[in-house]
Amino acid sequence: MSEELDMITGIKAPVYLKYNFTAGAAAARFLTQIKKGVLTGQRCPKCSAVYVPPRGSCAACGVATQEEVELADKATVQSFTIVSIPIPNNPIQPPYVIANLVPDGANISFIHLLSECVNEEVHIGQRVQAVWKPEGEWDYAMDNIRYFKPIDEADVPVDRIGKLPVSGLEG
Amino acid sequence: MKKIAIVAYQQTDSVADAGAVNEVELIMPVLARTFKQAGLQSAQDVDFVCSGSCDYLQGAAFAFVAGVDALGAVPPIKESHVEMDAAWALYESMLKISMGHADSALIYGFGKSSPGELPIVLSQQLDPYYLAPLWVDSISLAAMQARLMLDQGLITERDMAEVVSRSRRNARNNPHAQLSGDISPEDVLAEETYLSPLRKSDCCPVSDGASAMVIATVEKAREWGLPYAVISGIDHCIETHNLGMRDLTDSVSTRTAAKRAGMDTGKVDVAELYAPFSHQEIILSHALGLGKETSINPSGGVLAGNLMMASGLSRLGEVFNRILSGEAQRGIAHATSGPCLQHNLVTVVEKA
Repeated sequence: MSEELDMITGIKAPVYLKYNFTAGAAAARFLTQIKKGVLTGQRCPKCSAVYVPPRGSCAACGVATQEEVELADKATVQSFTIVSIPIPNNPIQPPYVIANLVPDGANISFIHLLSECVNEEVHIGQRVQAVWKPEGEWDYAMDNIRYFKPIDEADVPVDRIGKLPVSGLEG
Repeated sequence: MKKIAIVAYQQTDSVADAGAVNEVELIMPVLARTFKQAGLQSAQDVDFVCSGSCDYLQGAAFAFVAGVDALGAVPPIKESHVEMDAAWALYESMLKISMGHADSALIYGFGKSSPGELPIVLSQQLDPYYLAPLWVDSISLAAMQARLMLDQGLITERDMAEVVSRSRRNARNNPHAQLSGDISPEDVLAEETYLSPLRKSDCCPVSDGASAMVIATVEKAREWGLPYAVISGIDHCIETHNLGMRDLTDSVSTRTAAKRAGMDTGKVDVAELYAPFSHQEIILSHALGLGKETSINPSGGVLAGNLMMASGLSRLGEVFNRILSGEAQRGIAHATSGPCLQHNLVTVVEKA
């Protein structure tokens, strides 16, 4: 009575769940500020490290961060990669540069795009500055900054990356 | 089993919506209070840290990793996580201590259930081929279980209403409770059914919050000079994911776990049972053979507030508090996971 059955190797069971997501108090303050065109970090009361975007705690010390610190939109390249393969649903055409950038006045890097640059000349310690969208398009979003572009300033020595004051290398 | 001491326990209030806080902001205040109670500065002062949470609750991938930002993990700490209630994080921590790899541990659980539709989210913990694609929600499954019990004459709707009434009345003494008040069984029975035969009051509320605990070897607790209670037994058992193969009117896994944890070796003054639905408290009491000498859910239990992924640990905390206050000499804490009490953990806590 054995009947020849097709081998079933998988089933489709898509999952759709709706959430009313909240970013958290610290991230909400950050987003409110970036809507006004300002990058804001938070300083640890114990070790003084400035986090951006802030999450409400110093991950190293495990204490809450309260003090808000306005940061420059100039930054230093801490590390980078050149993306050469297209990513599905990503509107940016390769090759392009993704970098870990530390804004002046902060001690922690965030990830953003580098553009208006010669990809092959991007290097650690390079100075860059934010290129903002027109003010009328600013929203609660990191992409108010379209990308960062190189600026004509001296490279930051590796041991000083992530340690610059808000006034930059010379300050 | 080597006895292990509980030295500190704290929890947040159980609230319907914690608002715009992320997991770090949810955890930090309760950790700070726990460290203070244990006389510790930070997670650096314990040998091991283990947390319990579930990313599906708030819909944020790897939220448990972000939670580590609350700990102060520089220099690096030994840390682990279970995608389960933190009662199982306690279990892992006890193994770590029993193996001699640690003398102390911090355990915490957190859940922000308000951003999603919890009963629907929980449908995705069912078996992925036959049940999860049907989106059978957790309340519907519990309602079927209650229906089975009513039809077999094992309980009445009044029995269920009495559980609710006692829970709300007990919760009046629980400062962290979300639902409390002087309501009678008649008040409950006067409510319309929600998912028949369950009324809304038969179901635990959806809650946001966190809880945390510090445990240590008895020697360490003495060295710290802190009051403590001891965990003298712990065990957990799980039943099949196939609901049709289970006797849903009983909890065999709870009974087995309690036996193996050594519950029967003494009187049980207090029992904190993780029963998200009123009829499930009756199932658990029967499975454990609890009688009149035992105070059941003096905190109000999870019908008064259900911190998903923390409520199991909170049951232990509630027993710990009562032993420390002298209200009880010996108690059991129960934790559950999965649909219709599928997976159950029983801990025996005693006066030092």
